[in-house]
Amino acid sequence: MAQIKVEALDKSFGTFHAVKSASFTVEDGQFLCLLGPSGCGKTTTLRMIAGLELPTAGTIRLDGEDVTMNRASARDIAFVFQLFALYPHMNVRRNIGFPLKCEGIGAAERDRRVVEAARILRISHLLDRSVSGLAGGDRQRVALGRAIVRKPKCFLMDEPLGALDTEMREAMIHELRALHDRLGATTVYVTHDQLEAMAMADRIAVMNNGVVEQVASPRDIYDRPASVFVADFIGSPPMNFLPFHGGLQTGAQAIRLGKRDVAIPAAREAMAECELVLGVRPEHVRFTDRGMVRGEVYGTEYLGTTQIVTVTTRYGTLKARSPSSTSFRTGENVGLDFRPDTLSIFDKASGRAIRTALHEGGAHG
Amino acid sequence: MTSATTAHSVVEPSATTRRFAGSLVVLYAVITMIPLVWIMLTAFKSPDDAISYPPKVMFKPSLEGFCNLFTTRSRQTPEFIRSLGPPQGLCDSIARSRNMVVAGPSNYVPRFVNSLIIAFGSTVLAVALGTLSAYGFSRFRVPLKDDLLFFILSTRMMPPIAVAIPIYLMYRTVGLSDTRLGMILLYTSVNVSLAVWLLKGFIDEIPREYEEAAMIDGYTRFQAFVKVVLPQATTGIAATAIFCLIFAWNEYAFAVLLTSGNAQTAPPFIPIIIGEGGQDWPAVAAGTTLFLVPIVVFTVLLRKHLLRGITFGAVRK
Repeated sequence: MAQIKVEALDKSFGTFHAVKSASFTVEDGQFLCLLGPSGCGKTTTLRMIAGLELPTAGTIRLDGEDVTMNRASARDIAFVFQLFALYPHMNVRRNIGFPLKCEGIGAAERDRRVVEAARILRISHLLDRSVSGLAGGDRQRVALGRAIVRKPKCFLMDEPLGALDTEMREAMIHELRALHDRLGATTVYVTHDQLEAMAMADRIAVMNNGVVEQVASPRDIYDRPASVFVADFIGSPPMNFLPFHGGLQTGAQAIRLGKRDVAIPAAREAMAECELVLGVRPEHVRFTDRGMVRGEVYGTEYLGTTQIVTVTTRYGTLKARSPSSTSFRTGENVGLDFRPDTLSIFDKASGRAIRTALHEGGAHG
Repeated sequence: MTSATTAHSVVEPSATTRRFAGSLVVLYAVITMIPLVWIMLTAFKSPDDAISYPPKVMFKPSLEGFCNLFTTRSRQTPEFIRSLGPPQGLCDSIARSRNMVVAGPSNYVPRFVNSLIIAFGSTVLAVALGTLSAYGFSRFRVPLKDDLLFFILSTRMMPPIAVAIPIYLMYRTVGLSDTRLGMILLYTSVNVSLAVWLLKGFIDEIPREYEEAAMIDGYTRFQAFVKVVLPQATTGIAATAIFCLIFAWNEYAFAVLLTSGNAQTAPPFIPIIIGEGGQDWPAVAAGTTLFLVPIVVFTVLLRKHLLRGITFGAVRK
């Protein structure tokens, strides 16, 4: 297995700039998710790592070796496609053995390794079946078999669970992660599903409009979003944003929201007077009569153990997560308070998060 | 409740509809088969039976048509015929009963061979070129792709015979007149547009992930094309090949204009038979019957692919 280093990768299709100077490193044995909405360039980035697209600029290194312009077959990587790409004219055994056949490995050795891969994936009983009759989950396992049979430098997966139903997807999330750990693999995994990314990844690279917005652990991505986009994309419901006008001194511990002071993590950089945004996760909103923001309950969504309460305030609509035991009436006047140590401040113009004490708790500050 | 009630599906056709549709199909098949059956019957009639009125459905079968097709004969006096030895073979004896002797083989076999070479040659070439260019158009960013595809299609918008005179003059200049190569090139160029368009449709429907997977697994693009794309495109290739073959096999106008002694194909030759010694309908019918055989064989061999091929696009998997 290997380290993957992507530096300043750029890709244009004619006038469409699909990937803009993407940089990140996947350490040996790491599971990295490329996460973002459709059209954000995550698949293009993955395909460039695979060698299925050639970048317009930038470099890709596998274990230090520059493979940017190498043919896909010369990179020693395995790719799992969303639609599995199992060859319909071959049975399961020949599908899994296909990469070995391409390498010219003899039939006996090939069969030994196919059987071994099938055993790992628990599909030994399917080896002589035709792929067209297989269920989605089994097809996915065959596709994985084709990936692991060759012991490649890394696994690249393009939404491999996208075609499965919810139940099968849950099971495969755990299976994939367990497989990754067992093989000590380096994996780059593309998905638009934040739950998948959160559940599986060591690190997540969030992409938007071809730009890598943040590369960090799932916890840091959630607790310390680097931009408004990340804060908005991750979390369901997403972070609440309260726009305000003001400036920040280094070390400032509060901002002025309307006529009240709101405590924030100590600022680590100064901002001149400008439009700023206060970000607060729904679970960090507390209901209290002495709250600094007042509003009117608009509605509630019951989610089992918790409920999402939508409150209209003068700063816009806020969503708060509260235990479902508390009852709210529509139209009820409530006071809201925020947990100070969890708040994020963003520069409205650039969307960038302003550095505060919040960022010091994380591994990637 | 009585047992008369039966569950019935709202989407499945009812038994009556099925029977009606079935009889329509049979009726249509019979109507289209009648001319073919008549040709085959005529091939086995004697010249007198062939032109008798009212037409004979029951008759004494004769191989005279086939004999006249494969031989040339000359008329001789009965004295001369009697002076010859015993007849050599069936055809000789039939000819002698008509006061003729077999002078030699006819040109039917060489014409038929020409047809085989030209039709299959141009089909192979058109399908090969068509597959490669369809793959290119389907997978690569070709500059002016849409314009090129439209240009290729537009070559079919005029009847090919409209360019017959220019092609005749060009062929005479470059020495392709009355050559098999010339006819192969001509039919290929007519068919390649059909092949590109048909095959592009088929190849578009093969997910490109297959080749990409193969390329990642160690194949070059060409190997991936041969080992992964082609096996999945067999249906389309078979259907396209049949369409190309039928055109090249049946083509008459260019063959009349551009070929004569050397590369003449069967279609212009068969009508010529009429002129040799009266209207020899059984010989014409025999030539036509044999002429149908290769297409029938080819179609039967590929019929498994053909049905899916002709309805392609209509029903997606």
